[in-house]
Amino acid sequence: MSLSLLSAPFTRADSQVQGIMVAVMLALLPATAFGIFIFGWPAFFLWAVTLLSALAFEALCLELAGKPVKAVLLDGSALLSGWLVAMTLPPWAPWWIGVVGAGLGVVVGKQVFGGLGQNPFNPAMLARVALLVAFPLEMTTWALPSLPFSSSAPGLFDSLAITFAGAPAADGMTGPTLIGNWKTEASQGRGLSESLVSGHYNVMASILGWKAGSLGETSSLLVALGGLWLLKKNIITWHIPVSLLATVALLASVFALTDGERYAGPLFHLTSGAVMLAAFFIATDYVTSPSSPAGQLIFGAGCGLFIFIIRTWGAYPEGAGFSVLLMNALTPVIDHYVRPRIYGRDLKGRPLDLPGGRR
Amino acid sequence: MYILFAIISLTGMGLALGFLLGAAARYLKVEENPLIDEIEAMMPGSQCGQCGYPGCRPAAEALVAGEAPATLCPPGGRALAEQLANKLSIDLDLSEVEDQAPMVARVDESTCIGCARCYKVCPTDALVGAPKQIHAVISDACTACGKCVDVCPTECLRLHPIKVTLRNWRWPSPETVTAKAA
Amino acid sequence: MAAFSFFSFGASGKIRGGVHPKPRKEATFDRPIETAFPLPERLYLCLQQHAGQPAEPVVRVGDKVLKGQLLAAGQGAISAPVHAPTSGVVTDILEYPAPHPSTLPTPTLLLEPDGEDRWIEIQGVADPFALPPEEISARVGAAGVVGMGGAAFPSAVKLNLGRKTRIQTLLINGGECEPYLTCDDRLMRERAADIVDGILIMLHGLECNKAIVGIEDNKPEAYAAVSAAAAPHGGKVEVRQVPSLYPMGWDKQLIRYFTGKEVPAGGRSADIGVLMHNVATAYAVQQAVRYGRPLVSRVVTVSGSAVSAPRNVEAPIGTLLADLLAFCGHRPDDTASYVMGGPMMGDFLPHPKVPLVKGTCGILALSPKEVAASDAKACIRCSRCVSACPAGLLPLEMMSRIRAGQLESALGYGLKDCISCGSCSYVCPSEIPLVHYFKYASGELVAREQNKHRTEQTKRLAEERQARFERQKQEQAALAAQRRLKAQQRKAEEAA
Repeated sequence: MSLSLLSAPFTRADSQVQGIMVAVMLALLPATAFGIFIFGWPAFFLWAVTLLSALAFEALCLELAGKPVKAVLLDGSALLSGWLVAMTLPPWAPWWIGVVGAGLGVVVGKQVFGGLGQNPFNPAMLARVALLVAFPLEMTTWALPSLPFSSSAPGLFDSLAITFAGAPAADGMTGPTLIGNWKTEASQGRGLSESLVSGHYNVMASILGWKAGSLGETSSLLVALGGLWLLKKNIITWHIPVSLLATVALLASVFALTDGERYAGPLFHLTSGAVMLAAFFIATDYVTSPSSPAGQLIFGAGCGLFIFIIRTWGAYPEGAGFSVLLMNALTPVIDHYVRPRIYGRDLKGRPLDLPGGRR
Repeated sequence: MYILFAIISLTGMGLALGFLLGAAARYLKVEENPLIDEIEAMMPGSQCGQCGYPGCRPAAEALVAGEAPATLCPPGGRALAEQLANKLSIDLDLSEVEDQAPMVARVDESTCIGCARCYKVCPTDALVGAPKQIHAVISDACTACGKCVDVCPTECLRLHPIKVTLRNWRWPSPETVTAKAA
Repeated sequence: MAAFSFFSFGASGKIRGGVHPKPRKEATFDRPIETAFPLPERLYLCLQQHAGQPAEPVVRVGDKVLKGQLLAAGQGAISAPVHAPTSGVVTDILEYPAPHPSTLPTPTLLLEPDGEDRWIEIQGVADPFALPPEEISARVGAAGVVGMGGAAFPSAVKLNLGRKTRIQTLLINGGECEPYLTCDDRLMRERAADIVDGILIMLHGLECNKAIVGIEDNKPEAYAAVSAAAAPHGGKVEVRQVPSLYPMGWDKQLIRYFTGKEVPAGGRSADIGVLMHNVATAYAVQQAVRYGRPLVSRVVTVSGSAVSAPRNVEAPIGTLLADLLAFCGHRPDDTASYVMGGPMMGDFLPHPKVPLVKGTCGILALSPKEVAASDAKACIRCSRCVSACPAGLLPLEMMSRIRAGQLESALGYGLKDCISCGSCSYVCPSEIPLVHYFKYASGELVAREQNKHRTEQTKRLAEERQARFERQKQEQAALAAQRRLKAQQRKAEEAA
């Protein structure tokens, strides 16, 4: 007799784990496709290598742990972790960056804690941060966007060489990311208006994603659209994205108003780097975020705060990964202290007062 | 030279700390482990002696000293073993504990000869009766320690599983249901 | 819905949590209540059909009884009597499987109908509003009326409590939020006048002036019928629509929706001045008071894909559910699961050969395609259970604690406030049987509490025994000393 037959309810909602994972991947598809479109074959190779190695690592861990390999692989969580890792990699990074990233995410980030649902830290962000610290050169060499089959786009064989043979990209094909540029310039004492010009800052291009950056992060617009679709499908709730983006925007506005030369404005912050991806896809990771709505608001705000602090005053140009990991570490604390109010009780769990002050 | 210095200083520190620990063990010694009281409070308390110790307190002492396994108490069963293992933070091998249903002693009235042996050994006075009269078990007071079964000359006293009724029926754990289904 | 659950986060919110299961009511809601159910060959009357003490038989095996005759009287403060659903002979009083997931035997009275269905002499009241208020609850109690929504709490006890605490509002639950079930819907459509009459009678018995009937907005016909029946009574009975959302029919949810107040944990609804009864109970009260008919039959939904002709049947209490299913064209080979009640909160039955009791609102024979039955997967902490929980609990946290064996910790997360509504299990994408965990843990905690009690008692007994031995020893020693003294005296006397 199956378990679910013994106790009510005897009917269930249609939504299943696998369906959720597939929906998130569908939502990632437009931004990924756009990344591959502007960064060419190397991006595609890296993406494919990362996904395949995520699956391989997951299968290996399941096999070692003596768990059913096929059933768990089919839930799609490893594929999604691999995909998210790939989204955050520099598009022309060598193949082994993808393999090591997928391995870090799936093995160190997830399986060592007991598999799906047990990990305290977001696997994709753990992988990204570990890669960034361990391989700073490979992780900060950014390809410039180019139209497919244009003269600046690498051909199929050049691409194979870039991804698999570690061929150095030609000089004119790489450049700094926007925030990276802003950071470097700022450290040299140049103001924002100057650095943005030298970085060829264009608001529209930045929102659309025509700029150097991680494989799937450049197009804030497409990432946000995917996220909104997830919201509409009730896969994620609005609490984390809204509180994260609002916190970043609010802090950016306040500081930009005080000193517009030193601090970048909200539009710049929201449309550059990994903020959109973090808000809709990374911070909203079920496993590593709080479970109560109020806790999620705190979590999102905390992520936003750390992103702004690290970007503005930290040593790294991008703070999304560190911020999410920091807040992941706080999730158990938030979950412990922020709980929904139980019916008939106050927030501290005491029974409500009876009319007339009796308890 | 530096290495020598390091060795000397670390050895010195080790000696000093060891001396302190030794002194603390001697002067701050707790005469009776308070854990024993807590463990004793958890035991069934019928002093039945099935564990091989003369009573629940000696059993608790043995548990705290690590001389007895958490599964030592048959009347306490699986539930007590789990609680004890939890309290003492020791690993628990439940494979030895049979997950048997709670039991209660019952007198078979056709074979009871009224020998009066059973109610003399019952640690909880759960057996009532007079010599040459058929004895009876007060099931609420019976801990199923089995002492009466041992002394009964006609084997009329037996342990029977407590009957499951609508009043004491409980939902089984989802895990046990899956295990059974598998 | 996610956004909704946030806005209703505070105390002022009216609805919290909830899910939208497929209603599946269309199979039965268009068919009139079937009143021509043939009398079964035997009726099995459980002596415990209600919360509280079981009833005690007042007839003997072999007695001829008439319809409505008292068979078993209530015992103690919380209990309800059982009456004969038809005329016939009491053939046995035995242990028969109970309508319960365990189908453990329970004392049951066997009645063989004689086919005449002859009523005992019953006394109705022409004007119930002329009766003293306490007489209403007395008559309701004597008629064996219990909560018909499933809880089966003796209605008279509730009415008495409500009168004594001077409640301000009587709430009538016409929510029927469980999928499949339409018995209350049909009752409201077909017997609205009787229901409203029953509500007025209860108001009289409660010495209260205000009743609100809550009907889910997916039952427009029932709403129209009850509104029309209530219209002549000048606002005394107000009929309101409530959103279709499971579990809208949870009494405390409806109370919060209508009054904005919450029943304090551990308290009763009467504490905040309201009392809630089901529409079917209102109907039973009307029948009992106006016509003097005890509760001997009820309307029950027979549905599920393994039933060819699903419908609502008015059947005598004590009918075997298998007979009801057979009457509606049940296909046993097609049945994966039998459910008593609705699919969200109902009880699993291993077989349907158990009797209908007063609180049974439905019997479902579900086909394999209706029963989602796959194994539980790992929890991904998606917190859908948190948004779905109407009681504001964290089901995922409680479940992981229970899995780890930390039942006390689960208690700290509000295990006792769980109402087993099943919303969390329903939405869980990993198909974890959350409610099952909570039921298990609650039962286990009760068992542990009892064990603790027992251990204390054992210790006391053992100590008393020890003390007695000591005393006996001392007494014997004293006696021996006395004897020795006497012997010495005697020796001394002899010597002298």
